[in-house]
Amino acid sequence: MDAQLTLGPNLFHWAPERKLDFYRRIADESPVGTVYLGEVVCSKRTPFFDDRHLEEVAERLTRAGKQVVYSSLAEVVIKRERKLLMEWSQQQGRDLEVNNTAALLHLKDRPHRIGALLNVYNEDTMAYLAGRGATHFSLLAELPKPAVAGLAEAARGLGVGVEVQVFGRASLALSARCYHARAHGRIKDSCQFVCGEDDDGMVLSTLDEKPFLAVNGIQTLSYGYLEMMAEMHEMRDMGVSHFRVMPHSCDMIEVTKAFDDVLQGRIEAAEGAARLGALGIAAPFVNGFYHGVPGDTLVPA
Amino acid sequence: MRKPELICPAGTPAALRSAVDAGADAVYCGYQNATNARNFTGLNFTPAEMEQSIAYAHDHGAKVLITLNTFPPSGKVALWKQAVDLSAQLGADACIVADISVADYICRMYPDLRIHLSVQAAASSPEAIDFYVREFGVKRVVLPRIMTVSEIGGLVAEIPCEVETFIFGNHGLMVEGRCSLSCYVTGQSTNMDGACSPAANVSYQSAPDGTLSTRLGGYTIDRFGANETAGYPTICKGRYLTDSREGGYYAFEEPVSLNAATVLPELIAAGVHAFKIEGRQRSRAYVKKVVSTFRSAVDAIVAGKEPVLADLVALTEGQKQTEGALKTKTWR
Amino acid sequence: MTIDLSSSRPSGATGRFPLSLLRSLPHPPLPTFLLTPILKRIAAAIAAENPEMFDRLGPHRHVYFLIDPTDLPVVLYLRPDPDALDFRVLDRRHMPVYAARISGRFLDLLALMDGEQDGDALFFSRALTVSGDTEAVVCLRNALDDVDEPIAESVARLLGRPGKAALDALRRAGAASRNTGKEDNPS
Repeated sequence: MDAQLTLGPNLFHWAPERKLDFYRRIADESPVGTVYLGEVVCSKRTPFFDDRHLEEVAERLTRAGKQVVYSSLAEVVIKRERKLLMEWSQQQGRDLEVNNTAALLHLKDRPHRIGALLNVYNEDTMAYLAGRGATHFSLLAELPKPAVAGLAEAARGLGVGVEVQVFGRASLALSARCYHARAHGRIKDSCQFVCGEDDDGMVLSTLDEKPFLAVNGIQTLSYGYLEMMAEMHEMRDMGVSHFRVMPHSCDMIEVTKAFDDVLQGRIEAAEGAARLGALGIAAPFVNGFYHGVPGDTLVPA
Repeated sequence: MRKPELICPAGTPAALRSAVDAGADAVYCGYQNATNARNFTGLNFTPAEMEQSIAYAHDHGAKVLITLNTFPPSGKVALWKQAVDLSAQLGADACIVADISVADYICRMYPDLRIHLSVQAAASSPEAIDFYVREFGVKRVVLPRIMTVSEIGGLVAEIPCEVETFIFGNHGLMVEGRCSLSCYVTGQSTNMDGACSPAANVSYQSAPDGTLSTRLGGYTIDRFGANETAGYPTICKGRYLTDSREGGYYAFEEPVSLNAATVLPELIAAGVHAFKIEGRQRSRAYVKKVVSTFRSAVDAIVAGKEPVLADLVALTEGQKQTEGALKTKTWR
Repeated sequence: MTIDLSSSRPSGATGRFPLSLLRSLPHPPLPTFLLTPILKRIAAAIAAENPEMFDRLGPHRHVYFLIDPTDLPVVLYLRPDPDALDFRVLDRRHMPVYAARISGRFLDLLALMDGEQDGDALFFSRALTVSGDTEAVVCLRNALDDVDEPIAESVARLLGRPGKAALDALRRAGAASRNTGKEDNPS
């Protein structure tokens, strides 16, 4: 099977019109084969886009030949979130990607995907979940190469898909507290959706003014962008079947095209990297997790 | 009224004995490797020490719960299975687990060994907890420190297993078991290697004016003025800059510890089965003070008396304490 | 040994007696050469009684630690290596090369060695400063904390009756300074 490029769920709270426009362009111009839709980070955001426009966007993407997968919320604590997740789990005839364990209860023996915010670190856990209906696994960003290799091999044996994030800020942490609201002297309940002001997250720098992290509501992302073009072919040979590009405010058509060109062997990774470098992304590219060193480092190809 | 068990930390055999002597109903501790989430240098138990410590605890009527609360990465699962085998052989009273493969292994190989679901499993809803209970026969869940007392009360009524809540120690902000912050900076994973902010990556720099800078990997994560109290060198307790604020601020949480002493009566009334004290990395002195304080407080409350609450603020991070999420959800 | 639960604030010791006495000693010359052989014998005895301590220290047993009571004119220099144990008292005007340094007031360091104080708590209160190899310091702290008889107690025992008397006096001074510290800084 040919390895495929996917577009992960949009983690940010962009204005609805902007998201609509974004997905229209993805449908029309991007080479990605699969698009993950749905609010993953904050249940308070769902009325703005998911409740109003998700169907329309999904339809448009499907018409354009993309496979659409629905991603679940990652943090599910309060009653409203529990209800949301329960309803989400009951959708029929849809491809669902689980990011919270609670959904596993609802989805037993129904096919589903395991998202990159659930902890699957080893082949035994993978096999266990596959035995309950999981068909596809998005791996955690922090996994080093030997673990990716082991999981990819296990996935081959189990006949399930394996996906690795190759572009975009890495999700480093989740919390019950909203750090966007906190930065503005508010709390989660009175946030006024201030997270919408930061397209790619709110940058936190150290006291020495070294950029470090990016806050996205209850989520903390890396400041550096994962960039794993040079590693894709190696991973494909290990058995990784899908490569995930995460939405950001930069030119995502060009990003997905560059990754696809590298993945399909039309250009060398170095050329692809040069195209990414020309996009004006201020943050550095990083790939340290995969290479077993601090995640904020870039190990040269 | 149910009298909750007091679950106490031990990083060394001496700390375990201190905890038992101070009135712990159970002590939790781990081996000297990545199978536990306090895999710090010089800490934890050899198999022989674990055997002797379990004997000491059992002789004094206390239980020993073994922390296997990390996530084995592919290729290293055998180490965790060996730790389970050893714990079963040594007669541990329960294993505290986070990973599905570890829970599944215990469930299949040692059906009589109790499984406690670690806070690292991040089971924060009745449905998530129910999943682990149904799949692996989990007997107890350790709740994340993000719920109000009334939410905990609702949960106790709704789920088919025992509930353990933290009452003192580290005030975790990030969803536990879902945090790669330390790995991003150090290359050591909290989940896979068992250490957040490992000491080898921490350095302190004192300036002539008394300012203390804490560095983790290549980042200055906080800087304390001469008269400021300090906290642990963890990213989630650091001070940072951002565009919308003047100067450094605690973007996630300030150095502060959880102290639920004032809400113990409500937690007992909520039907919580066990109270957990954090701090396997702490000294015997800490264990002795904190355990004896909560021992007498719980005993007093259950006996219908006014608890005498010793001042524990000196032992807290940043010399500050909070009831965290327990009292109010405005904490979020 | 008693611990007053109502006053667990770390001392940030003000240390009046007997430190004021020690500090008022004529500065040069310090009779460190007399103390060192005694210290080495004590360290060797403690090491012999607690072999498992070195397992906890692992590779850090080869490290030179500087224990720095900031209110005294001397520092302690320690390599906790059972095969090449080194423990010396040095004049602080001639600082040696070290890998890791632990600084604090004498009574706080004593309380730590006496199992009465929590190292993290002293660090939080800024009564204790660590520099150099942080991991080695944490490891030494953990290894010493697992020793059954507190180090201060062992030292006193090995020094015989005068040692016991001195430790008792120091403990009283420490307790007094902690109480004073509490009044100074109500929480």
